[in-house]
Amino acid sequence: MKHLLGASVSLAVLCLTGGFAMAADCGVTAGNVAILSNDFAALRVLADAAKECAGGSLKVTANQTTEHKNLQVPALTVNPAQYTVAFVANNSIAPLLSADLVRPLDDLIAKYGQELSPNQLIKVDGKTVAIAFDANSQHLFYRKDVLDKAGVQPPKTYEDVLAAAKAIKDKGIMAYPLAAADKPGWDLGAEFVNLYIGEGGDFFTPGAAKLAINNDKGVATLKLMKALTAYMPPDYLSYDADAMKAAYVSGKVAMMDGWGSYAGDVINPKGPAPDVAANTVLVGAPSIGSNGIPAASLWWDGFSIAKNISDADAEASFKVMMHALDPSVAAAHPDAAPWLMKGFKPGAAQVGVMQTASSPNAKAYPMLPYMGLLHTALSNEIGDYLKGSKDEAKTLSDIEASYDAAAKEGGFL
Amino acid sequence: MPHRTFLLFILPSLLAMVVFIAAPVVSVAIQSLFVAHDKVMVSVQSCSPFGCTDDVHVDNKATEELQKREPLGKFNGFGTYIDRNHLAFDEVGAILGDNAGFGDAVGRIYALPFYRALAFTLVYTFVVTPLAMLLGFITALAVNTVPGWIKGPVIFFSLLPMIITPIIGSLMVYWMIDANAILGVALQNLFHDPNLYLKASAPLTWIVLLLYGIWTNGPFSFVVFYAGLQMVPKDTLESAMIDGANRWDRVRFVVVPYLTPLATFVALVQLMDNFRVFEPVVGFNAQANASSLSYSIYSDLNGQFSQLFSSAAATSMLTILGVIVLLIPVLVRTWREFNLKAV
Repeated sequence: MKHLLGASVSLAVLCLTGGFAMAADCGVTAGNVAILSNDFAALRVLADAAKECAGGSLKVTANQTTEHKNLQVPALTVNPAQYTVAFVANNSIAPLLSADLVRPLDDLIAKYGQELSPNQLIKVDGKTVAIAFDANSQHLFYRKDVLDKAGVQPPKTYEDVLAAAKAIKDKGIMAYPLAAADKPGWDLGAEFVNLYIGEGGDFFTPGAAKLAINNDKGVATLKLMKALTAYMPPDYLSYDADAMKAAYVSGKVAMMDGWGSYAGDVINPKGPAPDVAANTVLVGAPSIGSNGIPAASLWWDGFSIAKNISDADAEASFKVMMHALDPSVAAAHPDAAPWLMKGFKPGAAQVGVMQTASSPNAKAYPMLPYMGLLHTALSNEIGDYLKGSKDEAKTLSDIEASYDAAAKEGGFL
Repeated sequence: MPHRTFLLFILPSLLAMVVFIAAPVVSVAIQSLFVAHDKVMVSVQSCSPFGCTDDVHVDNKATEELQKREPLGKFNGFGTYIDRNHLAFDEVGAILGDNAGFGDAVGRIYALPFYRALAFTLVYTFVVTPLAMLLGFITALAVNTVPGWIKGPVIFFSLLPMIITPIIGSLMVYWMIDANAILGVALQNLFHDPNLYLKASAPLTWIVLLLYGIWTNGPFSFVVFYAGLQMVPKDTLESAMIDGANRWDRVRFVVVPYLTPLATFVALVQLMDNFRVFEPVVGFNAQANASSLSYSIYSDLNGQFSQLFSSAAATSMLTILGVIVLLIPVLVRTWREFNLKAV
């Protein structure tokens, strides 16, 4: 119903605004292109660009919803699939790959993908299964004015972050200078993943679904998470990424490990807090100690094309997406995301992600079918540790037990 | 009414119950006995904008074949019920066999996800049900004495907590108790404690959720009891007054006995409702401090791109079992009353 509504609204808008204009020339005149995607600024830019192609007997619709992850597998399993294009990321492509629901794109790229650069291709076993268009990661946002007032240098490592937070608190500038997204659910797990990557740890034994976090690096990660919470508001366990951003924009926080995708909002001088915006500096994710590994997981957003659709619709979908991924679209929306399209010059909002991703040691969020189960186990078990009701060793063995039970049920162990 | 007529009369609703309630429950029960097939894994190289890694992925063809042969999955019996994320027999056995006293054992069992959810669910059910009924009863008595001309608006306002969608209601309260928001700041000033964060500690979170539960469940009892109050015979009340009964005596000896059958009905409905507590946990972002059985089901089905159907099915069956256990005393009581009347 939502989809129908969305489709009819977008059709109505098209009729109103595009009724007299010619549809953009995308090299395709007929077919059905239906996009399923998450809902944030960069993806809206691309969906709007894709819709420019509609006209004649070519229909382009987009369903942009944060519930996309619950729709994608069932909607692409039916034949013909409900959507021809699925916008995916490191983690959301895993279930599509496990169920064999997306088609290899190599032939289409050879024919129509001249504008793509090689690093945009997401390959599994030599076949291109998706095409990436932007990068994302969490990285450090800090307030220059507050750090100056406290007389501390901009932090490069988490040790610096803790020292700076202590200085700000001791001088009475802010009661709680740090913020993180520590809400059990998705965010708390992501926080552990980021810091554990920063410690240089491996999540699984190579080539198997067996968990490998029960080690010194796991202990160090948990200790660091707890050390950071000492400088956060006492209800930090209820902060998700949006609440953290709101706290930062309200001026009550000096440093946070925020998402690149909302850096544009935070530093917008016309936003709700011009003072905070003007004094915010974006830098790459800090490392832990001097190991030089950014403590952040790198993410890409991209698109895949459904397997269970006609070849004609697949070709139409690909051409429409090539129109949306044209470098001119990225150039017209420089603040929306750190685009991966050829020739894109990152804007001020992308500095943090670019610095993080350009480090030779930076690591991507694992594109593994059982990573999601670990993420859930992390989120469920770490809350008690942060509240102080169990120690590191017990927490790690609890995470392992919780993951093992879920992985056995999922058929991975 | 002849049996045949009665049967024909209830046939449509019986049919609907079988199709929409009984059949799904049976299907969930069957699902809970199976788990996913062992996935056939293959090592592949995968590349992204950030470089290439050697990963393992699911071999779809081989896995699909397994799936086709046995579409339900791998038979696991009650394995899912007793694993660590549910009843955790092994873990509980180990804790009971080796612990440093009663408190330690309870603490460690409470750390297991199922028992933690069960603990909050039971406390919520047994605190909210009676207190919400009491609140509803008191409201009904109060509204009953209000002069006729403002009765309409007063009833409307008393019903508001029930009219508001639960998730919206809990979100509104959640925002108000934030340490930067009106109620949060007011409480900090009242207790002279700038570090008072209602959302930070488990006991305070529980108290907030329980109070919210009482507030939102009160109106249901109020509506039923208010309707019941209209049925209390006036002459009995008047004769009680002539006998010198004060207001409290009249409530105690006339009103309450008249409303007891209604109270049984309300308790039945509220016990079932409260045992399925879900929205407040989500609305108050309270996952870290309070979880419930329904929330466990939700998080299994709304996980990181992989849904644990068997786990959710097992928790659902355990929830149904819990509801049945809760209702047995009330049902037995109703049955006895029914038999008494028949004699």
